[in-house]
Amino acid sequence: MWPELVHRELAAAKVRLVGYVPDAGHKRLIELCQADQALRAVLLSTEEEGIGLAAGAWLGGERSVLLMQSSGVGNVINVLGMMKECRFPLVALITMRGDEGEFNPWQVPMGQATRTVLEAMGTIVQRPDSADEIAPTVNAALRLAYSSYASVAVLIPQRVIGIKSFQEQTNQ
Amino acid sequence: MMNRRSVVKKILENRGELLVIAGLGSTAWDITAAGDSPLNFPMWGAMGQAAMMGLGLALAQPRRRVLVITGDGEMLMGLGALATIGVQQPDNLSVVVIDNERYGETGMQATHTAHGVDLAAVARGCGLKDCPADLSSLRKAIHSQPGPNFAVVKVLAEKVPLVLPPREGALLKARFRRALLGPEADSV
Repeated sequence: MWPELVHRELAAAKVRLVGYVPDAGHKRLIELCQADQALRAVLLSTEEEGIGLAAGAWLGGERSVLLMQSSGVGNVINVLGMMKECRFPLVALITMRGDEGEFNPWQVPMGQATRTVLEAMGTIVQRPDSADEIAPTVNAALRLAYSSYASVAVLIPQRVIGIKSFQEQTNQ
Repeated sequence: MMNRRSVVKKILENRGELLVIAGLGSTAWDITAAGDSPLNFPMWGAMGQAAMMGLGLALAQPRRRVLVITGDGEMLMGLGALATIGVQQPDNLSVVVIDNERYGETGMQATHTAHGVDLAAVARGCGLKDCPADLSSLRKAIHSQPGPNFAVVKVLAEKVPLVLPPREGALLKARFRRALLGPEADSV
């Protein structure tokens, strides 16, 4: 399963803080992070807080990762400007909504704008096409962000997450 | 009521190893007027994120005391941070709001606190701890009271001369990390 493999990548890269806004697609990975004594999982009230958290952690010498849903990308636009201006590293693992097979029309506008918005703010966007590619993509994103002081977003496609109805999401 | 510059100067007196984040606007100029330091991170943007930067720093540096000094308008833009800090309970973090009840950089328009919104009550409700009101006790609390601590200091709504820190974000980050982490800041 990709969440287990991604969790292994976070541990290998010595990530110590994981900010998250709950999302059905991240359910398993959030649980793995919460159970890991070497990590601190920080519940956020909005995605924007995760950018401040990541910047503050890096000022203090620690690596972090942000888990969020594509709808939250709209909440971080202005503060991504700080990451660019200060060259703070950022790794955001973003589960897609409003993407392939979306059932909620309200998710579609932000989902379709996600990549454009991130790229407009100077964030490097990487999108694995299959579940097998997620962990290697996260590995590469961590190296890119922390070696090159870059903001990197990994978009996890809705097809991979596989939630096809509201009922299915509720039952997760 | 006191002048904001003398309040911030008093809070930062003999600061020792204190790590300081200041929110966008007047508080960034206030900490600079009190004496610029590489262990200051004055924010020139990202309004609403000062408290969260303080949380990230406090969690990354549990042995150091961390102070966020910010304005009422900046705090109001990121109130959710108080809930997030309340859940994490970092015992080395203090957040002090310098409250002039105005948006000082945009024409001194009234903020919510001018209309009675009580930031200390919000913070208390989120699980942050009250600090003593007088400045010398507040200063001591910032250095030694187990946090997360929160205080509001009401100050005069007046225009004071600009005292600007360096503007370049990458420079502010690099000087802070070098001062805190030493030479290895550049190699990790």
